[in-house]
Amino acid sequence: MNLIKFIESFTDENMLNSTGSRRESFSQFGNLGKNLALAAIPFGLASLGNKAYAGDISPTPNTPTGALQFALILEYLEDDFYKMGLDSGVIPLSENAGRDRKVFEQIAAHESDHVAFLKNALKENAPAKPVFDFTGGNSANGGGPFNPFGDYPTFLALAQAFEDTGVRAYKGQAGNLITQPALLTAALQIHSVEARHASEVRRLRGQKGWITLKDSGGLPPEAQGVYDGEEITMQAGFETSTKFGPGAGSAAFDEPLTTQEVVNIANLFIV
Amino acid sequence: MFFINLFNYLIMKNTVKVQEVNPSFTDRRNFLKFSGLAIAGTGLLLAGCSDTDDGDSSNSNELPGMRNNVFDLGGGDFGILSYAYALEQLEADFYEKVVNANGFTSTFNPIEQQVLTDLYHHEIIHRDFFKAALSGALPNPSTQLLPELAFDYGSLNFQNRAAVLGTAQALEDTGVAAYNGAGQYIKDAKYLVLAGKIVSVEARHASAIRSLINPNSKDFAGDDVVNSTTGLDVARNPKVIIGEVSALDIIQTPFTAQFLP
Repeated sequence: MNLIKFIESFTDENMLNSTGSRRESFSQFGNLGKNLALAAIPFGLASLGNKAYAGDISPTPNTPTGALQFALILEYLEDDFYKMGLDSGVIPLSENAGRDRKVFEQIAAHESDHVAFLKNALKENAPAKPVFDFTGGNSANGGGPFNPFGDYPTFLALAQAFEDTGVRAYKGQAGNLITQPALLTAALQIHSVEARHASEVRRLRGQKGWITLKDSGGLPPEAQGVYDGEEITMQAGFETSTKFGPGAGSAAFDEPLTTQEVVNIANLFIV
Repeated sequence: MFFINLFNYLIMKNTVKVQEVNPSFTDRRNFLKFSGLAIAGTGLLLAGCSDTDDGDSSNSNELPGMRNNVFDLGGGDFGILSYAYALEQLEADFYEKVVNANGFTSTFNPIEQQVLTDLYHHEIIHRDFFKAALSGALPNPSTQLLPELAFDYGSLNFQNRAAVLGTAQALEDTGVAAYNGAGQYIKDAKYLVLAGKIVSVEARHASAIRSLINPNSKDFAGDDVVNSTTGLDVARNPKVIIGEVSALDIIQTPFTAQFLP
C-alpha cells in the first residue's frame, strides 16, 4: 500500500510562486520515447503548484482520523497505479525469469489489501476514491507528460518515486496517531511494507534498496524533491557519518515528509 | 490480561516449567536469564507483570540497571530504547562477523558483498546511535546503560551463504517486528519518529536479503511476513521478541525485561 508516494519537488519557493502553464512546463522536458533515458522523464511540476483543480485534495487534519484518511487517499492512488500497470501489459512477463511480474503482483495485492483495511477502519469517515491521471495531465483524458503504462522504465521510475515517498509520508503521519495505539501499530505495519516494496523496486532498477544522501538513483532532476532532506546525517545530536561516511550515515535513517508536502505531490495525479 | 509466569529452569537440561500464577501475585522479580538457554521453538514469555508496563520513563523504579546481578532493560521509553539498543548490538555484531569472515569475497558475489557491507554499516550506526541517545538521556548512564553484550554464534558457518543469508533474514524480519510492535509503547513523539526512521531501513534490509535468497519471487515481501489479507507487516511485543531472540542462543550476556510489555 503506497498511499503516499508522491513526488515531492516543491523545494524552491520561486517555483511555487510561478504561474507557468502546465503545457509549457511539460514541453521543456522533451520527448518521451521508448528508449528515453530515465533522466529525461519529467517529474517535478513545481510551477503548477498554485493551480488548483476541482479534484485536488487538501491536507488532512493532524488527527488520527485525518492521518488514516490521508493514508487511504494515497493507497487508492497506489492501488489504481499498480492495477492499471498490470492490466496494461507494460510489465515484462518473461525477462528476469518473470521476476518483475511477480514483484508487482505482490505489491498490487498489498495495495488492494491496504485500501480494504483502511476503508474498514474508517467506515463512514472513509473518503471516496479520487480520479487519478497517471500521465500527470490532471485530466480524465490523460494527455500528460508521463507514459507509465506504455514505457516500462517510466513505470518503474514512478513506482520507485511513489514507494520512497510513501515511506516518508507514513513516517510523517506517525505523530498524529500516537494517541491511538492500535491504529499507530497498523500504520507502522503498513509503513514497513512500503519500505519492503521500495527496496525491491529500487533493486529492480539497479539501485540499492536504501537511499544514499539525496540521490534519486537516476530519476530526473524534477524528482529531486522526493529525496531532498534524506541527506541529513545528524540524528538527535548524534553524527551518523563518523564511522563510514555520510552516504552510509544518511542511508541508515529514512526521513519523514509533511502532510502538505505529500498533498502537493498527490494533486499532480488527481483529476 | 495480565498473568505472571515464573520460569524454573535447569541450565544443563534447558527445561522450562511454566507455572501460571494467581494474577494477584505481586512479586515482580524475574529470574529468567538468557545466557545458555536454548529453548527449541517456543518463545518465552517473560515473568514479571507491572502495573506500569508502559510506564513513564521517569519512573525511577523502572530505570534500566542491574537488579539481582542481572541487567534489566527497564520500563517506559528508556526500556524501549534499551531494547532497541540490545537488538541493534546483535545485528551489528552479526554483520561485523559476516564481512570479516574468511572467504567473504568468495562466499558472496559482488552485489551480495555490497548489500551485506551496507547492512553492516547501517547496523553499526544504529547501535552507536542508541548508545549515544541513551547515554545522553539516562539520568545515570554509568549504571543504567545496557552493557556491551557478548555473542556466540555456535556452529553457524559464516562461509555458508545460505546460513548467513538465512540468519540475516531472521534478524532483519525480527527487527521489523520489534520496532512495529514497540511503537505503541513509546510515549515521547521524538523517540517514535526516530524509531520510525530506523524501522523502514530495517524493512528495506529485510526485503533485499529475501530477494538475494530468492530473487525470482515475491519473497521480498512474502506472505510469511506480510499478511495476505490485511497487507500488514509483522509486529510483536518486546517480551515475545526477546523470547525469540533468546531462543537463538546467540546473546550470552543475561538480561531481563520485566517492565516491558
